[in-house]
Amino acid sequence: MASMPKILLDDVSKTFSGNVVLDGLNLAVESGESLAIIGQSGSGKSVTLKCILGLITPDRGSIRVDGEEVVGLHGAALDRMRAKFGMLFQGSALFDSLPIWRNVTFGLTQGRRIDGARMRAVAEENLERVGLDRRVLNLRPSELSGGMQKRVALARAIAPRPQIIFFDEPTTGLDPIRADVINDLIVSLVDDLGVTALTITHDMASARKIAHRVAMLYQGRIVWIGPRDRLYDSGNPYVDQFVQGRAEGPIQ
Amino acid sequence: MPAPQPAAALLAPLTAIGRLVIALFAAIGRVAIFAMRTVARAVLPPYYPGRFVEQLAHIGWFSLPVVGLTAIFTGAALAQQIYTAGSRFSATSTVPAVVVIGMVRELGPVLVGLMVAGRVSSAMAAEIGTMRVTEQLDALATLRTDSYRYLIAPRLFAAVVALPLMVLAANAIGIFGGWLLAVQKLHFNSANYLAVTRKYMSFDDFEMAMVKAGVFGFFIALMGCYHGYRTSGGAAGVGNATRNAVVSAFVLILASNFLITAMVFG
Repeated sequence: MASMPKILLDDVSKTFSGNVVLDGLNLAVESGESLAIIGQSGSGKSVTLKCILGLITPDRGSIRVDGEEVVGLHGAALDRMRAKFGMLFQGSALFDSLPIWRNVTFGLTQGRRIDGARMRAVAEENLERVGLDRRVLNLRPSELSGGMQKRVALARAIAPRPQIIFFDEPTTGLDPIRADVINDLIVSLVDDLGVTALTITHDMASARKIAHRVAMLYQGRIVWIGPRDRLYDSGNPYVDQFVQGRAEGPIQ
Repeated sequence: MPAPQPAAALLAPLTAIGRLVIALFAAIGRVAIFAMRTVARAVLPPYYPGRFVEQLAHIGWFSLPVVGLTAIFTGAALAQQIYTAGSRFSATSTVPAVVVIGMVRELGPVLVGLMVAGRVSSAMAAEIGTMRVTEQLDALATLRTDSYRYLIAPRLFAAVVALPLMVLAANAIGIFGGWLLAVQKLHFNSANYLAVTRKYMSFDDFEMAMVKAGVFGFFIALMGCYHGYRTSGGAAGVGNATRNAVVSAFVLILASNFLITAMVFG
């Protein structure tokens, strides 16, 4: 019997004000796999993640996590499903008003001021994992560089030890060296923690480094999916145009 | 030449008015659902007492200087106006009575409401709006934290508690401002002024002021949170949310002030 995918999207569609963003999207992510979705800006990559997380409700289709339908979940059932996920947002989305240690442990406390000493220790341990030390614990997000904010956001995403982590454009806005540091961190976290990872990016170096497989999203559908080693010789005209950054081709 | 269509020309403005009315009712419905959802979720755990106290300090304590200054200048100006107008028909002795009634019934609650709306409603809309456009609200959801409980309810309840306390303070400071001007500049007898002030100080008036203040606090926080929560479109969207929050809070404060006054005295 074939194993059940960790995440399964079946015929998922979403339209915003007449603009079709997802158009019958089908995708399966296996347990322990790291999959990257590439595609142009506005191709529906972020919407895909938000649909899986229940932040956006698709107009049509089914989304299953561990076999459980998540479309239409709300309240405690939605919270239970979300407990499986960690998410690194594109702009880090750290809470400006809270110190770093409370940001990192937010998923464990849900913002309540409980068990301060233990939570500081938990924050320190997770920050260490992403290469930051205790000196940042009491700082505010605005006092950190963009790269450090990404690391803190990573620490926040992994602190509750999720089964699945989503990375939304993890290297956007970073210089190539800092981007590579983040890529290395993602690879080591995915390997060490044994999580399932879904990354959306248009950074080809990042996709090749952190993903086992890469899928290309175009006009709301997956037009190619394959191993990362085939990214540059996929034989797919959409992928070829995209990875080579050509203006001419089927993508307009 | 096409035949004129008088019916269509007549219907066009009616259609526009109809659209406006529908949009207005839709907006009222959205605000009502937002408020009910906040209250319904706030009664269930987890609770955030720390956030409530934080907001109480932010809305109440940190607004006191601006509220105090507004009240003292308004009380003094009111005393001067009553004196100037009253001197035309030998009614200068009404200054303490009109100051206390005017401050407690109208100026205290309304001015505090407007000042706090300008200061707090805008700040709430800007903060929550920025959280929306920087995906912090999405981050809260993925971290299994209900933004209604964590962000909205503490602000709403803190404003409802803080405003009456601030109106009490503003009334006292405003009456003091009137006394100061009357005694120092207009040479009223201090003991007589205070005796008349006490005579016209009514518990019913304070009660109405507290009710008004609670209602204004609710609208101030509701408008700030609602417009912030519905922000879209980056920095421009945050700017729009802030402006809409302040304008709608002002309108609701003035309209509800009239309604409460009309209900009590009508």
